[in-house]
Amino acid sequence: MALEGRIVSRRLPKGGRLIDRSRPLGFSFNGKEMRGYAGDTLASALLAKGQVLVGRSFKYHRPRGVVTSGSEEPNALVGLGRDGSFEPNVRATTTELFEGLEARSQNHWPSLEYDVGAISSMLSRFLPSGFYYKTFLWPRAFWKHVYEPAIRLSAGLGRPPRRRDADHYEHFNVTVDVLVIGGGISGISAASAAAETGADVLLVEQASTWGGRAPIDGVRIDGLGAEEWTGSTLKSLQSLPNVRMRTRTSGVGIHDHGYVLLHERLTDHAPDHSVPRHRLWKVRAGQIVAATGAIERPLSFPGNDRPGCMLASAVRDYVVNYGVAPGERTVIVTNNDDAYRTALTLREAGLGVPAILDARQEATGPLATAARDAGLTVRPGCGIVDIVGRDRVERVQVCSQDGDGEVIDEIHADCVAMSGGWSPAAHLWCHAGGKLSWNDEAAHFAPDPARPPTGADGVAMMQAAGSATGAMHAGAVLESAHAAGVAAGQALGNGRGRKHGRVPEGEDEAHHPMEPVWLVPARAPYAKRAKSWLDFQNDVKVSDIELAAREGYESVEHVKRYTTLGMATDQGKLSNINGLAILSRELGVPIEEVGTTTFRPPYVPVTMGAIAGEARGELFQPVRKTPIHEWHDANGAHWEPVGHWRRPYAYTRHGESVHDAVAREVLATRSGVGLLDASTLGKLVVKGPDAARFLDMLYTNMMSTLKPGKCRYGLMCSENGFLIDDGVVARLDDDTWLCHTTSGGADRIHASMEEWLQTEWWDWKAYVANVTEQFAQIGVAGPRARDVLNELGPSMDLGKEALPFMAWTDGALGNIPVRVFRISFSGELSFEIAAPAGQGRALWDRLFEAGKSFGITPYGTEALHVMRAEKGFIMIGDETDGTVIPQDLGLHWAISKGKDDFLGKRAQEREHMADPLRWRLVGLETLDGSVLPDGAYAADEGVNANGQRRTQGRVTSTYHSPTLGRGIAMGLVERGPDRMGEILEFSVIDGEPIRARIVSPVFHDPEGEKQNA
Amino acid sequence: MPESVTPLDGATCSGFVTIKDAGLAGMILLRADLGDTDVVSALQGAGFDLPDPAELVGELGNGALWMSPDELMILCAHDEAEAIVATLAEALSELHVLVANVSDARAVFRLSGNGSAVREVLAKLSPADLRQAALPPGRVRRTRLAQVPAAFWFASDDEAVLICFRSVAGYVLELLLKVATPGSEVGHF
Amino acid sequence: MLILTCPYCGVRCDETELAPGGEAHLKRFGPGSSDEEFEDYLFMRANPNGVHFERWRHVYGCGKWFHAARNTVTLEVYGTYSAQVHAPPQEIRDAVSNRVPGWHWKDES
Repeated sequence: MALEGRIVSRRLPKGGRLIDRSRPLGFSFNGKEMRGYAGDTLASALLAKGQVLVGRSFKYHRPRGVVTSGSEEPNALVGLGRDGSFEPNVRATTTELFEGLEARSQNHWPSLEYDVGAISSMLSRFLPSGFYYKTFLWPRAFWKHVYEPAIRLSAGLGRPPRRRDADHYEHFNVTVDVLVIGGGISGISAASAAAETGADVLLVEQASTWGGRAPIDGVRIDGLGAEEWTGSTLKSLQSLPNVRMRTRTSGVGIHDHGYVLLHERLTDHAPDHSVPRHRLWKVRAGQIVAATGAIERPLSFPGNDRPGCMLASAVRDYVVNYGVAPGERTVIVTNNDDAYRTALTLREAGLGVPAILDARQEATGPLATAARDAGLTVRPGCGIVDIVGRDRVERVQVCSQDGDGEVIDEIHADCVAMSGGWSPAAHLWCHAGGKLSWNDEAAHFAPDPARPPTGADGVAMMQAAGSATGAMHAGAVLESAHAAGVAAGQALGNGRGRKHGRVPEGEDEAHHPMEPVWLVPARAPYAKRAKSWLDFQNDVKVSDIELAAREGYESVEHVKRYTTLGMATDQGKLSNINGLAILSRELGVPIEEVGTTTFRPPYVPVTMGAIAGEARGELFQPVRKTPIHEWHDANGAHWEPVGHWRRPYAYTRHGESVHDAVAREVLATRSGVGLLDASTLGKLVVKGPDAARFLDMLYTNMMSTLKPGKCRYGLMCSENGFLIDDGVVARLDDDTWLCHTTSGGADRIHASMEEWLQTEWWDWKAYVANVTEQFAQIGVAGPRARDVLNELGPSMDLGKEALPFMAWTDGALGNIPVRVFRISFSGELSFEIAAPAGQGRALWDRLFEAGKSFGITPYGTEALHVMRAEKGFIMIGDETDGTVIPQDLGLHWAISKGKDDFLGKRAQEREHMADPLRWRLVGLETLDGSVLPDGAYAADEGVNANGQRRTQGRVTSTYHSPTLGRGIAMGLVERGPDRMGEILEFSVIDGEPIRARIVSPVFHDPEGEKQNA
Repeated sequence: MPESVTPLDGATCSGFVTIKDAGLAGMILLRADLGDTDVVSALQGAGFDLPDPAELVGELGNGALWMSPDELMILCAHDEAEAIVATLAEALSELHVLVANVSDARAVFRLSGNGSAVREVLAKLSPADLRQAALPPGRVRRTRLAQVPAAFWFASDDEAVLICFRSVAGYVLELLLKVATPGSEVGHF
Repeated sequence: MLILTCPYCGVRCDETELAPGGEAHLKRFGPGSSDEEFEDYLFMRANPNGVHFERWRHVYGCGKWFHAARNTVTLEVYGTYSAQVHAPPQEIRDAVSNRVPGWHWKDES
């Protein structure tokens, strides 16, 4: 089965408008060293070296060769690069060659030439469409152990990279008046016309060169060759201040309101890790011009997937652009005049064209005449009934197009150039809702100018230009492009009434009408239809679509998913229309009624790196740091993310475990004094004549009765009644309150306050300011806390009488202006000190210094949590989960009975909220002193409606209490508070259940003597 | 009193633009009815003119920034902020307003270099329209910079001032440095 | 990616600078309301194919909530306006009617 040594494709001795023969480049394919030239694509360089076989198909692992010369390529996908620069499924046809490029073919084992998986090709008649759905259903148990592992082994295209991507990527946001996508003669012409109206224009081209197909097809514009015209027009565009141009930039998605994604490849052609590899452009365009050209369709004849069968235009491209002969003897098979250009090009390059098989009964257009004049054999009414040859084309069997496939001749050939006509590349037009209409004469769907995608103003935001409209002659192409450019500029109010420049005049040969041909030969029997490929990458054949139709699939969307037609990485760029045509024939309805599948972004694949942009590694998410962050970092902080904040979880000392550090911090605080960075707490100032009324609506408690100078713990509920946040509120003066929120809640609660004030009670006079980041806040807690503060020479009296529990005062501490709150989340004598953030670190340093003689111990969030749990204080996010009401947590005392209304009040009156069977907060004490697993469920008798064991409660917070020397927990338990002393069994994964007694959640200092000290 | 420190602590770094800690900056948040002539005259009494929507009068250290229809950011020297807060609070005591010293809540950067390069750096991170005509010097844009809120304006053709919250100063500095990597110039503006 | 102009600061906002707030012009029902009224207020939302009124907040900008009248099918935006109204103002209703003949605000017959 190995590939024979004979070279079938090769580099021609001369020619190749894009290559530089003075700059050879070394590259490797499957480890084999090869050479190409600067300007080559990987595909052209491989063909130049006779490498016709480049990969294998997805389902049957059939041998595959290059089919196209552009981004529509279904076959020539390779793994490119290695290690951190490896990328699978790269199209060789759009990969520019560079020195040292390494490529490997995909989908085979053990080698490209000898592939075990190709056996499935022989079994192909047993692997029809819908095979997966049909075959692997039964027996059920086989799915997990037999089918899925086997499918997984053979599934997937290419292999994922194993290393971290060594490159970096970026985004770029621009707003432009007119975006022109496509840098062929249409795009250039449209950009010129739009620029003349005075609009800001961005013109992008996916390839590295401008001009598109026109220079290859011998188009002349304004008396110049297309290449010359392109060069001079670009030069004048460059001189305009309102025009910007980018090559290697693909339009990948058109989205709502003129939002367009472009994918720019900066270094793929010259790898350099120091600069971004790709740039994802996020363009907000006023008007978009789609000058995206057209894509040639293959013909569906038996054996059309053999390596060596290529699009006629691609054969021409390789000869003209790269000086590469895809074969020595090329048979042309066509239903239109354009493919004759390929015949003439090959002839001119001195290559053999043994026959032009034209499915039409007559071929008498100027191009056909030119072919005959050049001595080529034109055989009207003919087609191909089979390709002989295993891994490449060796002989072509000729038949009559009208017949059922009787072989009338056999031609020695190593390449087949096929053309089934051209389809406008209308994908981008459709992304944001543009509609297509069917053109019977050209047998294609083209953008319907009457049903364009519309923008925010409800009018067209996009114009199609050039061959993307279906125009196929240079004159018409340029006319439509110019008109599109003018229309785009004028739609934005530019250049109205101004005289517009002349439309460039294009000339090329006239064409005779093409003839739609969807199956070659027209009456091919089943065995032949089962060898006529539609989708080369996913192995979908004419017979598969027919089977789907016979099985009752009528919707094109269903047929697509059932057969996988068009679902490969090329997204059906070649197969779409051919497949629709087969379906329409089978269903007996016109193609326009069958319609197309939905075109969705991206038009071409976009690297994940480009989508992520700068957001990776350290910059994956913002990290919020407190003013004291650096101290924590230098002093052994073990970090915990809290929202985007980083907070010290605990400070480990040399050799100490995190668990031991937490215990040490708790004990030191309870027995002496601890220091906590509480800067992350939300701080919202609410001020105004209606502030009191406003806060009474927001909190379940009464805040209007709070006295200036005092603090009150408050609860906030959603309108649905569930607890969403808690914190201490301080009244600063008659009309000003300071509301503390949870660390993660500041922005959310601030937003919620603004929402109510702006959208519901907009006549209430209250202003809110989020001053969270203005202040550093430091907690000093423990029996010696007051002593530490007094060391710093406070300007105010911090004594028990002057500043009792739940009071606050302003003053200076260590010469730093501060506000001191006597509030406690640890149950200890505790002060929270707020200072301007710019002096937060200085305050921390002074407190730490002053506390040294008292053994002051910085503590982290875990010690904080242990201490609050020992006190039975709830934590938003632990005891609450969005379904818990304050009443569940025994917080009735914080719900005002005297208020007519507050957020959540109505919801809490619902029947279910008063259900005595609700799970409510209790303390849990394990009988053996161990620590309950977090989230463990208490099992109950019996099973529920789903046959699962019933539960009667769960653990919400659980810790080892260093103070008590045992495990403590809080949990929500059915009728919990009514069941004090009862013992519950908590399930443990892979272990014996743990028994725990229901107790009060307050484990430590229930009278609060310490915090009031 | 110990000296205040900025979150950037004087950092200066260079890519294809220079990114610099703008240093301590006094900022006072004023929420009030900006259409109320009493508010405007109290402001003027304190030495500040009312900016037009989405604009800035004056500059960092001495000016006023329009934040929203009922919010101004008064720019002054860092060590004068408390006194100005007191003056304004006194002058506006009869009106419904909120005045707060927020001089320590934010980080301020200066981005300088070639003007179009500065615009490019911002355009890599923000969806704002950065064309000269859309954001001439004196116009302020509050927007998103990658994943955090930020505001910026051009102090001159070649220098932008950028403000973000204090806690994300390090994140923003790293972002700016990353996208200003030499060699990654776009050449668009 | 919608682009909506904030009626408060005039900025053409990118959708990523905005926070969505769902259906506009809801009436709050609090204590004393019936279960049906409360359910409607809390949970029932219009999800039309066509003209729709929504709440948006210019969260990465001036912080203000505003209303947008737009079409959920064509994505046409008829206008943005103050959040501090109980129903779309006349000029917004006119803008919708001009584009969608026969459309009328739910309170009008």
